[in-house]
Amino acid sequence: MTPAIALDGVSRRYGAVTALQDANLRADPGETVALVGHNGAGKTTLMKLVLGLIRPTAGTVRVLGEDPAGRHGARVRGRIGFLPESVAFHAAMTGAELLDFYARLKGEPRAANAELLERVGLADAASRRVGTYSKGMRQRLALAQALIGEPGILLLDEPTSGLDPESRRQVYETIDDLRRSGALVLLSTHALAEIERQVDRVAMLHRGRLIAVGDVAALRRRIPMPVRIRLRVRHCTTQRVLDRLQGWAETLDRGPTHLQLAVMPECRADLIHALDDLRELIDEVEIESPGLETLYRHLTRGDAT
Amino acid sequence: MNALAAIAGQEIRAGLRNRWAVATTLLLAALALSLVLLGSTPTGTVGASPVAVVVVSLASLTIFLLPLLALLLSFDAIVGEAERGTLLLLLAYPVSRWQVVVGKFLGHASILALATVVGYGAAGVLLAITTDADAEAWATFGLLIGTSILLGMAFVALGTLASMVRERPTAAGLSVGLWLLFVLLYDSALLGLLVVDQGTLVSGRVLDALLLLNPADAYRLVNLTGAGAAALLTGMSAPGEAGQIPTAALYAALAAWIVAPLAAAIAVFNRRHP
Repeated sequence: MTPAIALDGVSRRYGAVTALQDANLRADPGETVALVGHNGAGKTTLMKLVLGLIRPTAGTVRVLGEDPAGRHGARVRGRIGFLPESVAFHAAMTGAELLDFYARLKGEPRAANAELLERVGLADAASRRVGTYSKGMRQRLALAQALIGEPGILLLDEPTSGLDPESRRQVYETIDDLRRSGALVLLSTHALAEIERQVDRVAMLHRGRLIAVGDVAALRRRIPMPVRIRLRVRHCTTQRVLDRLQGWAETLDRGPTHLQLAVMPECRADLIHALDDLRELIDEVEIESPGLETLYRHLTRGDAT
Repeated sequence: MNALAAIAGQEIRAGLRNRWAVATTLLLAALALSLVLLGSTPTGTVGASPVAVVVVSLASLTIFLLPLLALLLSFDAIVGEAERGTLLLLLAYPVSRWQVVVGKFLGHASILALATVVGYGAAGVLLAITTDADAEAWATFGLLIGTSILLGMAFVALGTLASMVRERPTAAGLSVGLWLLFVLLYDSALLGLLVVDQGTLVSGRVLDALLLLNPADAYRLVNLTGAGAAALLTGMSAPGEAGQIPTAALYAALAAWIVAPLAAAIAVFNRRHP
């Protein structure tokens, strides 16, 4: 199967600045991939390369097997829906007029627009000027235009920025629908904790380099990071508990009734066993696996940005 | 082609929405009508056709006004999109860069053409009611409208080229500069050159060529020395050798002033990273 997106050794420099360096990434239809990284890490540059708006200074970009910056670039872009990071529209136009315009640009029937507006919850505001829209409404209109013509590839640059929790949930539902319909969704975000359960794979970008690519569980296995454990124990028994756990756990914090420990993942089973022995001393146990946020911080540690 | 029509249509819609089209039409109509009312009085029994009088004064007015309106309309064609933040999204669609440039040009040119036809046409209707001119006079009037549209298109193309810069104020300044250069300074400089030169270096043919290098001059020559009674009135029927440029060359010059800036704009835009 031709991958929907294939980047091979792609670099992009702007003068002396390297926006993206030696990036390798493959993504298939039906996947949801999150691009994760700080501002300026290269997320938008990567999307522009996929859209063919800029050419790589080294390496090759293939979208559906074609060069998006080449002669058939327009055809490739016809299969992509794009939600830009900072959404702006002609303020004097109404939402419906703008969707009509974009549908015509894409050569898609305008009849489906009403349904799109309905889907993003803008049906009531369709005939209002975009200048009167709130930021969240503009963001949802931008999502609607990205969905025109049921594209096979969706590039969503910060799709949930500026949205309230309810609208965020709607966006994630839409992404789920798209994944089920067989589309590749490539989304960029800073909201790491939020997307952890929404995506199949994560590509972590740091200063123009792809520092890790894989699903969250695999990244966790590959990068050994301690599990955090919080315990509430009977008064003045912390030392007894610590004696029993000696060798596996590193103490992060302790008090008369509470303990916070860091345990390497491979000792996890032993630890749970040991905790079972100490049942009568322990009131409460909380085990926290490292999240994307921690993972990202771990990978970029010591590299002040 | 569909994308081209969509972009041009969007520009026309925006022009109608922000009342630009209406304001331009009203301005042109008001000036043309006042020239008709003023122009028809002094002819008396001199024998000059009232239509010819109006054509001459309207052509002189057009040279100043229409380039300014065209530049005002088009100077932020691309830089405006870029500053609004809509350019990136537009280019992410299956459109070519040349389609964006030409589509915007066509949209702006249509607005200006509509304003010219309606505004000057209104004056024509008033003339038709108040005078009984012959067919030749009307042909001259039709020529005026047609060439005015060409002049407007040339300056829309120049404005589109100016809109390729990075910042809107730069584009605005550039447009003002283009207007000053072609409409005011060029002829004065040419005149100064002729005075200094005293006919030693600048032959009639060189002067002809220099006149073709300015769309406003090409327009002036078509309307003021071309066929029709207007030439008699302007005193330009025999300005020495300068009147010898064939009409076809004048039209070719106007056409070149539409095509060349657009081609340059497309070339610049193709090399740009959004």
